[in-house]
Amino acid sequence: MDKNRKIHQFKNPVLNWIEFRLPIISYFKKEYGDYPMPKNCNYFWSFGALATITLVTMIVSGIFLAMNYTPHTDMAFDSVERIMRDVNYGWLMRYIHSNGAAFFFIIVYIHIVRAMYFGSYKYPRELNWILGVFIFLLMMATSFLGYTLPWGQMSYWGATVITNLFSAIPFIGEGLKTWLLGDYNVGNATLNRFFALHYVLPFVIFGVVGLHVAAVHVHGSNNPDGIDIKTKNDSVNFFPYMLIKDTVAMCAFGVAISAVIFFGPNLMAEVDNYIPADPLVTPAHIVPNWYLAPFYAILRAVPDKLGGVLLMFGAIVILFVLPWLDRSKVRSCNYRPIYKWFMMGFFVNFFALGYVGMLPAEGLYLLIARVGLLYYFGFFFIITPFVGWIEKPSKLPLSISDVYAKNIAPNIGGGEKGIPSPAMQKDTNL
Amino acid sequence: MAKKPKNKRRDFLQLSTVTLGAVGTAAFIWPFLKSMSPAEDTLAAGSTEVDISAIEEGQSITIKWRGKPVFIKKRTKDEIDAAKMVQASDLRDPQDDADRVQKEEWLVLVGVCTHLGCVPLGQKVSDMKGEYDGWYCPCHGSHYDTSGRIRKGPAPKNLDVPPYTFLNDNTIKIG
Repeated sequence: MDKNRKIHQFKNPVLNWIEFRLPIISYFKKEYGDYPMPKNCNYFWSFGALATITLVTMIVSGIFLAMNYTPHTDMAFDSVERIMRDVNYGWLMRYIHSNGAAFFFIIVYIHIVRAMYFGSYKYPRELNWILGVFIFLLMMATSFLGYTLPWGQMSYWGATVITNLFSAIPFIGEGLKTWLLGDYNVGNATLNRFFALHYVLPFVIFGVVGLHVAAVHVHGSNNPDGIDIKTKNDSVNFFPYMLIKDTVAMCAFGVAISAVIFFGPNLMAEVDNYIPADPLVTPAHIVPNWYLAPFYAILRAVPDKLGGVLLMFGAIVILFVLPWLDRSKVRSCNYRPIYKWFMMGFFVNFFALGYVGMLPAEGLYLLIARVGLLYYFGFFFIITPFVGWIEKPSKLPLSISDVYAKNIAPNIGGGEKGIPSPAMQKDTNL
Repeated sequence: MAKKPKNKRRDFLQLSTVTLGAVGTAAFIWPFLKSMSPAEDTLAAGSTEVDISAIEEGQSITIKWRGKPVFIKKRTKDEIDAAKMVQASDLRDPQDDADRVQKEEWLVLVGVCTHLGCVPLGQKVSDMKGEYDGWYCPCHGSHYDTSGRIRKGPAPKNLDVPPYTFLNDNTIKIG
C-alpha cells in the first residue's frame, strides 16, 4: 500500500470515509466529471453512450423475458406466444428486446463508421479499436443465439445454416459442428445451450465495454479534426456539457425506437419466424437479420463452401488489423482528400452488400455481391495502404480552439488564446 | 547461464509444480468440454422401420430419422437410366449410381443439403427439381440429380445415403 497516496478531500465526511477505503468517488469524478472532451465533438460522439444505454436496456428486458421463456423445443414457441398474449406487458418486453437488438446494431454501425471516418482507430487508440471489434463479434454471436430462441422457422433454419458453416473446416469440421450442437442436427440440446450462452454473453460484452471505455479514457476521445487536445481551452468537461449533449441524443433515439416499438414492431421481423420450427421443411428463402446481411452476402458470393466461410469470417477479422493497414498519420478523413471518397465508397458498398444479402443469390444480385466483395477486401488490402502512401493530406489546423474559432463559432471569439465563454471553463464540483 | 547447484532443487520444484498445475487444469476442463458432445440417449437414437408398399413408381416420401428428413423414392425407369448414364469421373463427388442404391428402383437419401444443411425441394410433384430433375436446394441453389448427386451449385458432396436394410419387399429399416 502506497503510504504517500494523495487522498481526495470532500466536504461530506461520509464521502471522505468511503474515499479513504475505496477511492471510487474520485475515480468517477475524474472519469465522468472532469473528463475532458474535445469541444469540437459532434453528435457522432454520442453513439458510444447510446450503445451503452441500449446494452443495459437489452440486458434488463432480456432478464424479464427469461422469467417467462421455456428453452425446450416443444415449448419454446408457445412460451414466446404466451409472453406476447398473456404475460402482462410481455408484448412490450419482447418488442423492446427484438427491436432493441436491431437498433443496437444501427448504433454500433454508426459508431464504427464514426471511428473509421475520423480515424479513431489510429495511434494511440489501436487497442481501443481492437476491443471494439471484439465487442462487435460478441454482439453478432449473441444476436444469432437469441434469434434461435423463439424456435420459429427462421430460428431453426438460421441456426442450421450458421452452425453448418463450421462443417466446412477440413477434417475436424463435422465433429466440431456436432460438439457445438450437442446432437447431429439442431435440436433440444442446441436450444438449451444457446439459451444459456445467450443469457451470459451480454455480461461478457458488458465487461469488455468497461475495458473499451477505460481504454478510451487513457488518451481521451478523438474528434472530427483528429488532432490532440493541446490546452485546456480545447476541451470541455464531460459533466455537465457532454452528459447533457448525450441526453439530447438519447431523447432523439428514444423517439425513434419508440416509433418502431409501438407503430411498426414487426417491420424488421421475418414473417416465417411466426411459423413453429419444422425440421422437415426449409423456408423458400432463409434470410438473415438485416444487420448480419452484408456478411451473409459475402458468404454466398463465393461459389465454394470453405472459401465462402473463410471470406465471411475474414471480413470481420480484417477489421482487427485496420490500424496497421492504414499508414497515414492523419486521422480525420476531413483532411484526407483522396481517402475520404474511398471511405465513403466503403460505407455505400457495405450497405449494398447488406441489400443483396437479403435477396436471392442469383443473377444481378450475385454480381453485385461479387463486386462488393472485391471492393470490401480491396479497400483494406490495396486502397488503404496505397492511398496512405501517395496522398498529400490537407493542412491540419493548429489546435481545436483554432477550428472552433474559425468554423464553429466565429462570432463568440476563441482561437489560440481566446476563451469561448467563462461558463464553459468553470470547474465543476461534486 | 549455468546455475549454482543449490538452485537446481528449487528450479525442479517450481517447474514440476507449474506442470502439475497445468495438467490438473486441463484435466479439470475436459469434462466440461465433453459434456457438450451428444449425450448417451442422443447417441442411442435408434432405427426406424418404414412400410414402403404404398409408394407408387415416381413417388417419394419423407420420413424422420434421428431428427433428420430421409427421402425414400421409388424411381421410374427414365430416372434410373438418367442416373446410370452419367460418367462418375465427370462429377464433383464421383460415385456410380450402383454404389448409392441396393435395389435400383429404391433410392434412400438423407434429405439434408451438404452445403449448409437445408432440406432440398423435389419431394412433391409441384416442387422445383432443379436442372437435373432430382432435387434443388432453395437456400443457395444446389442442384442434385436422380441419384442425389451434386451436379451444380455450392454444395461439396452428394446427398448422404443412410445405413438401411430391406427387411422384406415392403419394409425398410433405416439406421
